[in-house]
This record gives sequence, structure tokens and C-alpha cells, in this order.
Amino acid sequence: MTMLARLSGVSKTFANGTLALRSLDLNIGDGEFLTLLGPSGCGKSTALRLLAGLMPPSEGTVSWKAGATPEIGFVFQEPTLMPWASVFDNVWLPLRLRNQSRKTATKEIEQALALVGLGDVAHVYPRELSGGMKMRASIARALVTHPPLLLLDEPFAALDEITRFKLNNDLLRLKTELGTTVVFVTHSVFESVYLSSRIAVFSARPGRVIAEIDIPEPLPRDENFRLSPAYAEHCRVVSQALQRAMTDQAA
Amino acid sequence: MSEPRRRAATRSLMDIALPILVFLGAIGLWEAVVRLNDIQPYLLPAPSLIAQTIIKDWPLLSGSLWVTVKITFSALLLAIAGGVLLAVLFSQWKWVERSFFPFAVILQVTPIVAIAPLLLVYLDAQNAVLACAFIVAFFPILSNTVIGLASADRSLVELFQLYRASRWRQLTLLRLPSALPYFLGGLKIGGGLALIGAIVAEIAAGSAGQGTGLAFRIAEAGYRLNIPRMFAALVLISVTGIAIFLFFSGLSRLLLGRWHDSERDHET
Repeated sequence: MTMLARLSGVSKTFANGTLALRSLDLNIGDGEFLTLLGPSGCGKSTALRLLAGLMPPSEGTVSWKAGATPEIGFVFQEPTLMPWASVFDNVWLPLRLRNQSRKTATKEIEQALALVGLGDVAHVYPRELSGGMKMRASIARALVTHPPLLLLDEPFAALDEITRFKLNNDLLRLKTELGTTVVFVTHSVFESVYLSSRIAVFSARPGRVIAEIDIPEPLPRDENFRLSPAYAEHCRVVSQALQRAMTDQAA
Repeated sequence: MSEPRRRAATRSLMDIALPILVFLGAIGLWEAVVRLNDIQPYLLPAPSLIAQTIIKDWPLLSGSLWVTVKITFSALLLAIAGGVLLAVLFSQWKWVERSFFPFAVILQVTPIVAIAPLLLVYLDAQNAVLACAFIVAFFPILSNTVIGLASADRSLVELFQLYRASRWRQLTLLRLPSALPYFLGGLKIGGGLALIGAIVAEIAAGSAGQGTGLAFRIAEAGYRLNIPRMFAALVLISVTGIAIFLFFSGLSRLLLGRWHDSERDHET
């Protein structure tokens, strides 16, 4: 697999002295679905933000195959929609910041909304939507610029399980359709195994990768995969790795 | 109509009817007390007499009302322009906020009654009144807008950074809309305070024999023991204050109704 990005020897210390990451090495392959899995506060969200260029690393480098940072779509823990703007205008935002008028962007926006199944509620305000629909709108906003890399920071953590399963399936479908590289942060073993082609297990603060596990099951995956023995076996392996990550912290 | 809905309709009717009934009852009681005890109008005029006075003196009072309203809204417009501009400067440069916020606080905590006579020394009566009304209306608009501009969603700020939005874009597309509910809250307070500031300053100025606003009419009628006219002017001031409040409440509902939680209860 060709490499898209590499974090090498990356450390991050916050202004308050907290060491969030210590000499983290991580490769992101082109076209893979990589999940960063770890206990709360292990620095996996920080790793994602460093990758997005939202903050600089204290030490080490973030390097890109293309030389410069490519177009990136980012989905936050919360839907973070602008409450004063309709779903349509929220999805317009990334293009608007690129000086595209509402009119010239209309086609792209409608496509992005259709991808996540929100075509019917384009002119509704966020507060009239359910939690799952808000998250879909947030994903549409991230996809509207056709980014080759999509970063998601525990996007489904606040949703109920049924909605989460549905969005997991949608995300896999989008990934297959668009061929986007995805880096996904979660603390759910089951979610990580279901979605990923590779899982990087983080130890608790200061975060570093203590295991990298391939999930070589082919896409598309569906509910049958969720019930298969292979899925259960992967979950067992990943859970054990996560367990090790937690005991590392205790030691 | 379903039972819960009918109950809700009854309740909303009660919500409107009850305060009106109680208010009319209080006016009626006032009227009755004055008539039954044969209280003289120079002690306490009956509501009916006050209403008659408003009609009879309307040519005089309406002129004064216009003066007061004009000063109140001029002051408010200046306070909005100044407050929002300064809040934006504060939000863009922290050192500006640290340097100038103390001045705003000093202006706010010093009682306006104490400042008014001083302003009359430096300014002519009309401008002094305007300045007083401005000073009191300015602070709530400034401080609310400052809080509003700072309260933009952290993740949305990051999103704007991700797409490399300019500072100007971040201000106009994110920070100003985020600040709107806070600004409108400040406006509701500032609108009422501008009227109070105008009245207080005019009372101070009026004693020097200047000014023609409603407060001056009160002072003037007081010297002539024209108690009904004092009440009439007072009623007009109250009505103006209520109108200002209703105006900004309506504006707030218009601008926030579709998206902000503070206006959510007005739905259904």
C-alpha cells in the first residue's frame, strides 16, 4: 500500500504541561480505513488534530506523500452545525470559504446531501433534525469538497446503538463509493473492528501506538459480518490489545 | 380538538387573559378608591382624569414625547454602533480589551445621576441628555456582545481554521451570528436603560429651565401643582418603555425564532 502520510517521532505537550503524545510513529496508507482505538484521554483526538494541521506538534514531523497537506474533511464529536443556517447552507460553508457562490455550489451541495440521504431536508434548520441526521449533515459538509482524506473524531459516540449501526454502514458505503482514505477515532472495539482495514491501539496518556492490527476482511461488510465468527475473533484480539494498553497505564 | 390540545389552548388563553384582567382590576380599584373617598385630583387623580388629561394636553405632551423618543433612539443607535464596534475590536485584539475595558466599567458603575450635572457644564442641554442616555445604554450592549463574540463554538472555530478562513470571514460568518442572541439580550436591557438615562438627565437639565422632553413636563407640572399632567406624562413614559421592550422582544423573536433555544417556547 502506498503511503499517504506519516507521523514520525511526534510528541505533543499542551500549554498546561500535559503530555498528550510521546514519540508517536504512525503511517497512514492511501485508501485504507485506519481506526485509532484507545481509552479516553489517550491522545488519539490530538493525533487527529495534528494530522489535520489544527495544531503543530511539539516535536517530530507530519509529512505528506504529496508534499503539502491535501484537502481534508473533518467530522467532530458533535455535529457542530451552525444553528442559524439551514442544512443546505451548513454544507455550503466549506465551498463558501473558497469563494464559491451559493448558486455555483448548489450541484455539489445537493450531491453531498444525496450521498448521506438528506436530500429532503436541505432547507430545514439543524435543531429540527434528530441526532443521527445532524451527524449525517456534518458528514455531508466534510465530503462536499471531495477530500482524499476524511478524519472523524468519535463521531457516533453520542448516538444510540441502532443509529450508530446505521451510520457505520453508511460510512462504509461512502468509503467504498468514494475511495476516500479514512482515519477514525473511537473507543469502541466493536465499532473499530466493523469499520477498519487497520486498527492502531493507543496506550493511555502519554499516547503512543502499542499495537497495529490488520482486519483483512473484504468490503462491503454488512450485518452478516457483525454476526460472523471472524468478527468475534477480531474483536477478541483487539480487546486483548486494548486491555494491555490499559494495564500499561496502571503500571 | 384533542383533550391535551384543548387544555393547552385554554391555558394560553388564561396566560393572556389573566394579566389583563388583573391589570384592569387594579385600575378599577384605583378609580373606585379615588371616587368613594372623594380624593382631590391634586393629591391623587383618578385614572379616568389622567386619560382625559392625556387627550386634552396631547398637543403639548406629544411634542415632548417625540423629543424623548428621539433622544432615546439616537442614544441607542450610538450605543449600538459604539458597543458593537468596540466589542469587535476587543474580540480581535486582546490587548485592546485589556486596555479599554476598565473605562467601560468606570462609566458603567458611576451613577448617571452624578454624571449628568457635570455633562451639563460641558455640553448644551440636549447633547448632555443624549450623552447620558448613551452612557447607560452602551455598557450592556458592549459587554453582552463581547461575551457573544467569544462564545462561538470551539469546534466550529477549528473548522474555519481547517478551511483556512480569513479572520474577516471568521468574524462575519461565525462570530457575529454566534453573538447575535447575546447582542439582542443586551439591546433589550440597553433600550430600557436609554430611556431611563434620557429621563434622568432631563430631570437634571430641566431644573435649569432647559429641555422640552417628557421629564421636563413632569418637573414643570410639579411646580404648577398640575398633578394630573404629571401622571399623564408618567403614563406616556411607561408606555414608551413598554413599547421599546416589546419592539426588541419582537425583533429578537424575528431574528432568532427559527434557530435559537431562547425563542423556542414561542413555537406551536
